[in-house]
Amino acid sequence: MKAVCWQGIHEVGVEEVPDPHLINPRDAIIKVTSTAICGSDLHLYDGYIPGMYRGDILGHEFMGEVVEVGEGVGNLAVGDRVVVPFPIACGNCFFCSRELYSLCENSNPNAHLAEKLWGHSPAGLFGYSHMLGGYAGGQAQYVRVPFADIGPLKVPAALSDEQVLFLSDILPTGYMAAENCNIQAGDTVAVWGCGPVGQFAIKSALLMGAERVIAIDRFPERLRMAQHSGAITLDYESLDVQEALKDLTAGRGPDACIDAVGMEAHMPGIHGAYDRVKTTLRLETDRPGVLRQAIMACRNGGTLSVPGVYGGVIDKVPFGAIVNRAITVRSGQTHCHRYMRPLLERIEKGEIEATSIITHRISLDDVPGAYQMFRDKQDQCVKVVVQPWQ
Amino acid sequence: MAIAGEFISGTADTRDRSFASRRMSLRASLDATDPQRVNRALGWISVGLGVVELLAPRRLERLIGTGGGNARLVRLCGVREIANGLGLLSGRAPATGAMARVAGDALDLALLARAAQSPQSQPLRLLAAASAVLGVTAVDAYAANAHARKALGEAAGDVTVSERLIIDATPQRLYAFWHNVENLPQVMTHLESVQRVDERRSHWVAKAPAGQSVEWDAEIVEDEPDTLLRWSTCAGSQVRHEGSVRFAPAPGARGTVVHVQIHYGIPGGAAGAALARLLGQDPGLQVKKDLRALKQFIETGERATTRGQPTGQRSFIGETLSRREP
Repeated sequence: MKAVCWQGIHEVGVEEVPDPHLINPRDAIIKVTSTAICGSDLHLYDGYIPGMYRGDILGHEFMGEVVEVGEGVGNLAVGDRVVVPFPIACGNCFFCSRELYSLCENSNPNAHLAEKLWGHSPAGLFGYSHMLGGYAGGQAQYVRVPFADIGPLKVPAALSDEQVLFLSDILPTGYMAAENCNIQAGDTVAVWGCGPVGQFAIKSALLMGAERVIAIDRFPERLRMAQHSGAITLDYESLDVQEALKDLTAGRGPDACIDAVGMEAHMPGIHGAYDRVKTTLRLETDRPGVLRQAIMACRNGGTLSVPGVYGGVIDKVPFGAIVNRAITVRSGQTHCHRYMRPLLERIEKGEIEATSIITHRISLDDVPGAYQMFRDKQDQCVKVVVQPWQ
Repeated sequence: MAIAGEFISGTADTRDRSFASRRMSLRASLDATDPQRVNRALGWISVGLGVVELLAPRRLERLIGTGGGNARLVRLCGVREIANGLGLLSGRAPATGAMARVAGDALDLALLARAAQSPQSQPLRLLAAASAVLGVTAVDAYAANAHARKALGEAAGDVTVSERLIIDATPQRLYAFWHNVENLPQVMTHLESVQRVDERRSHWVAKAPAGQSVEWDAEIVEDEPDTLLRWSTCAGSQVRHEGSVRFAPAPGARGTVVHVQIHYGIPGGAAGAALARLLGQDPGLQVKKDLRALKQFIETGERATTRGQPTGQRSFIGETLSRREP
């Protein structure tokens, strides 16, 4: 089959590899009909996540048709059309039984590697480094799905691939980011980053009853999308974000702040330069510009929700502000399984429209170029959907 | 647990005392010479000489009578000395640091010998420099030897591994699974086979790197149903150790705490080498991986693995690293 492989920093290629087969009783093999490039794939592309080896198959947002099921999978049949959540979860362990699926204790075969960096290991993920399991990802024609009796969600034929594909990651991720804000009537929510996750966080916050959502980015097309969803927009290159947020909240600050940017924040001026120097010298691993700004902006007793991915250690984070101003910080890889079914129902009812963020539809062969296009925001790229059999 | 399997003889108390006393007498004999202090002195000498070589190579060349013209080479030697010195001062890998100095001394002597062939060289000054280097070499060789002895003494003396994990099952179920030792290779994949010989004894074969294997016989020496198994290797085994696995209800009715402790004996020669192959760099890691595999198997019915999945073209390093994954 054809698969998109990581070949080094800024090197991604389509390679001919063997087809996957069942390894464990609870596996299924999916023929991938649609997959996507995620913003977090760009952290792999840029070499910010440790534990990538040449030849690793990328991709954790995918859906398709079941072509083979293991003897331990009773609820799927060949021919079923399913969306697969990006964390791999067993459904049996302490964390799965508490619906904390992205913290599954049993799905990361390389848990000892993650323990070295983070103290404890979270769940394994598709196509996201050997530290998180080393599982082959879904930017391929076929993929092996472990614990297939727990993860994959069957989707009705009436809905197109594009309508349901984002249940695999970015829609639940944006939704959980908003849910983590504990939104109350009258709240103002500020969202840094209007990429796909930011867009879904904006939509979700408004669905949950936020009075106002303020969207922060610098790309006009992304700000337009946010505005279309109902957000007030701020271009951080043309104004001072802290001052603008104070103006909009009469000095108090937003009730909740969402960092939908993560470890590779672009920051103008001295702050941005500082983190670029520190990461280049390997004195910190991530660039936490947005995190600092969101902490400083958040109102007293407010909530900071972080769906953006951070990988390692960061520097000059104003923790004193969190303590003395009683800010709640919530984060985590998305417990995708928890949200897929309720969000599918919202899609069916027309409450959430997921397809409007798609800007590019390509074949597998065009994926390597699309990584660069997406990273550099060329051609107004917001979301790339891939059809592996086109 | 690489070793999941073998367990222990004698009571824990007498065993621990004998390990401890042996270790203490070993330490006492080494402390008299304190090679660490020698290393620190050598470290400062290295850094000092390195700085001179780096900053004033020509003056140094005049002093030792090489005839000049090798400033770049002397500077390189300076960088080497400083790196070596800092390594010694850091106190990490002291035996390696001291051996690196011996190697450096040999290089210095070779360079001096080459310099002696130059018509501009001053034989008397070169001879004095060579004598000084030889004197330092003797100290370096002493330190390297002392550190190597100390490192080997500590490694062989006592390796204790203690790992625990909560598994969502009753102590009864886990005890029963473990008690039937022939179950273990289906979970702990570094075990090639375990065969029951009789009620108490079993024969174990474990995979070691480079396609080799290591074998031992184990005997159960203490058996408290649903609570504890303690085993010991029998005479004639390739690796010797004593171990125990305890099953205790986890606080808050959250399953069972499975606690494995293994004490490796004091092998010399081939047995020591076999044990080292089995344990690798981190003696606790294999036990930890085995416990995790047991948890996966008991809780989910299978072991999480990526063995056999497709990949693109691997590099040599990626191939090597990923081959070691479960």
